[in-house]
Amino acid sequence: MDVVKEVLAKHQKELEKYKPITVDKHLECRLDVGTLLITDPNDFDDRELRDNREEYLTALTRDNTQLLLNAIWELPTERVDESIVAKLPEPTTVLPRLRKVPGPRPLTKWEQFAKEKGITKKKRDKKTYDDTLDKWVPTYGFKHAEAEKSKDWVLEVPQNADPNTDMFQKKIDLRNEKVAKNEIQRMKNIVRARKVDMPRSGYLGPEAASSSQLLTAVTVAKSSTASVGKFQNKLPKEKEARGLGVKELIPGGKRKASHITNNEREANLDLIKSVLHKKPKLNVDKAISMQKEEDRLAREAEGAPARKAKPKGKGSRKAVGKKPKGNHGQRAPGKKAQAGRKRR
Amino acid sequence: MSLLRIRKPKTRKGKKMLMAREPQLIEAARTMLFVDGRKCGGSVKQFMKDLNQLKKPLVKVLNRKNDITPFEDPSSLEFLTMKNYAAQFVFGSTSKKRPDNIVLGRLYENEVLDMFELGIKQYKAISEFMNEKIGACVKPCLVFNGPQWSQTEELRRLRNLFIDTFHREKVDSIRLQGVEHVMSFTVTDNMNILMRSYKILLKKSGQKTPRIELEEIGPSADFVIRRTKIASEDLYKQARKQPKQLKVGKKKNISTDAMGNTKGRVHMGKQLTGSIQTRRVKALRKTPEEKKENRQKKKVALKAAAAEVLAASH
Repeated sequence: MDVVKEVLAKHQKELEKYKPITVDKHLECRLDVGTLLITDPNDFDDRELRDNREEYLTALTRDNTQLLLNAIWELPTERVDESIVAKLPEPTTVLPRLRKVPGPRPLTKWEQFAKEKGITKKKRDKKTYDDTLDKWVPTYGFKHAEAEKSKDWVLEVPQNADPNTDMFQKKIDLRNEKVAKNEIQRMKNIVRARKVDMPRSGYLGPEAASSSQLLTAVTVAKSSTASVGKFQNKLPKEKEARGLGVKELIPGGKRKASHITNNEREANLDLIKSVLHKKPKLNVDKAISMQKEEDRLAREAEGAPARKAKPKGKGSRKAVGKKPKGNHGQRAPGKKAQAGRKRR
Repeated sequence: MSLLRIRKPKTRKGKKMLMAREPQLIEAARTMLFVDGRKCGGSVKQFMKDLNQLKKPLVKVLNRKNDITPFEDPSSLEFLTMKNYAAQFVFGSTSKKRPDNIVLGRLYENEVLDMFELGIKQYKAISEFMNEKIGACVKPCLVFNGPQWSQTEELRRLRNLFIDTFHREKVDSIRLQGVEHVMSFTVTDNMNILMRSYKILLKKSGQKTPRIELEEIGPSADFVIRRTKIASEDLYKQARKQPKQLKVGKKKNISTDAMGNTKGRVHMGKQLTGSIQTRRVKALRKTPEEKKENRQKKKVALKAAAAEVLAASH
C-alpha cells in the first residue's frame, strides 16, 4: 500500500513539473472532431478583451485548442509510414453541396418492359466461329463490317422480286431505316423522360421549324378529319409531305389494306384486262372525213387537174375532226383561273 | 443525363466530360474564385493574397478588374464561378462608401446561396509577422469563440461559411504531428469578428497528450459585417441534403445461430403474376364457370361495400 502511494505521489510531483493539459470551462464546448472544429459558448471577460485583447484571445484560443487536441489524441490510431495517424470520425457539420443530389435515371420504354417481364441482358460473344469463312469472326465492332462484306460478295435476288432490284442497296436502305427508327424511339424516350408535352408531328413552333417540318405538320393536321384528309381542298401550289416517318404520324396511315373488298378486287382485275387487251377505238367522224377525202381524190384524179388542190397538211386537219367544245363551264374563254381572294 | 441529350457525344472523352458536368454523388473539393472589383488595393489586396496562400491549391485567381456589384447583380459572379468550376468566391473591392470591402460567397446550382459583405477594420498580413511559418496545404483547426455564434441565424450561417472557406477538404485521418495550424473567430458585442491565426507548438506534458502553446503567424483581421444575403430556410435545407447512398445503413436480417453460423433472411417482393413471361398453357385457362364465379363474387363484394358506405353516411 505504501509503495502504491509512493509511486502515485512521485507521479504527481512529476506532473507538477509540467503545465496542465486540462481545461476548466463554465459551459461545455461543442466539438466536431471530423472537421477539427470547436465552438465555445462561454461569455468573454470583457475587461480583458478590452485591455489586453491579443493576449486574452491567444489564451482563450489556446484553451479551446487544448480541448480539441485532447479529443483528437483520444481517437484510435494506426501507424502509416513511420508516422502515427489518427482516424477521424464523420464530421457533424453539414456543409451545403454545389449541385443537387443526382436522381435515378428514368427508365426507357424497353427497360420498363424488360423489368416487368424479367428479361435480362445477354452479353454477346465478341467472336463467333463462322463456317462459311472458316475462321473466328467478331460479332460487333472492329473488323465486323469487313467480315460481313467478305461473306456478302453475292446476294441472291429472291423468286418473287423484280430481277433488276439492287439487293445491296436494299440492304443499305433497310439498315438506314432501322437507324432512323431508332433515332425516333430515342427522341421519344427523351421526351418521356423530360416530361415535355410534345405534339405528335413534332412541330416546334413557327420560329424553330424548317419548311419540311412545317409541311409535315400541315399534312398531319389535314389528316385530322373523319375521312383522314381525303376530301380536303388543296391550294393551287400545295405539296404533300414526303419522306420517312410521315405516314406514321398520320393517324390510321399504318393500317393494312383491309379496305379492299371483293367488289373492288374484281374492278381492279377488269381494269388490268382492259389496259392489257386494248383495242383501237373507232373515231367515226375521222373515218368519214378520211373516206370523203379519198373519194374526192379519186374524182379529181379523173376530173380537172387544173383545179386548185385543197390545202392539205396541218391546216385541213385542224378544222376537220374537231367538235365545238364548251370551255369546260368557264365564263370567259380566255381568262385564267382567278388567283387571290375572290372579291364579292 | 448525358443520355438524355439530343446530340449524343460521339467520343468517349466527350462522354466523360459531359458526365463530369452532371451532379455527382460524391463532390470534389470546393475551389474558390478570387475576383477583383473596380478598385482593389491595400488591405483588401493583402487579404486576398493571404487567403490564396491558405487555400492553395483549391483556388482560381482572376487577374483583371471587374466592374461588378455583387449585391445588385450577382449574375456575372455566378457566371464566372460556374465557368471556372468553383463553388465559392471572394470579391474584393474598395470605394469611398465601402472601404476595404470583401464579399465572401458560395453557390448552389449555379446561383448564389449565401453572400456576406465584410469590411476590414484592421489587418495584419502574414508577411508582417516575423517568425517561422508552417508549410502549405495544412488542414487548420477552427475555433469559434463567443456565445453569439449560435444565437442569430445570420451568424450561424456565417459560421458555416467560415468553416466552408477555411476547412480545406474532408479527410479521413490526420497525422498527429501534422496538427499545426489553428484559426480562431471571435464575435464581440458590437458584431465585430476577430480572426486570428496561430501555429500550434506541442510541448511535453508528462502524459500521452501534449500541452499546447500557440504562436501567432498568419493573417490577423478585424471584420465588420456590412451587408448579407442568405438563402431561405428551404433552399439551405435542400442544399445540405446528402445522398442516401452515402449513408451507412445497418445490416438488417442477419443473425447468428448457436453454432456460430451467420444466417440471413431474404424478403421477396410481391410478384406480379399477371405479367411474368410464361408460356400460355390451355390447361391453366379459366373455364367460363370460373369466370362467372369471379364476376358474382365481385358483385357481392361491391354491393357489400356500397351498403357499408350508405350505412356509414347515415
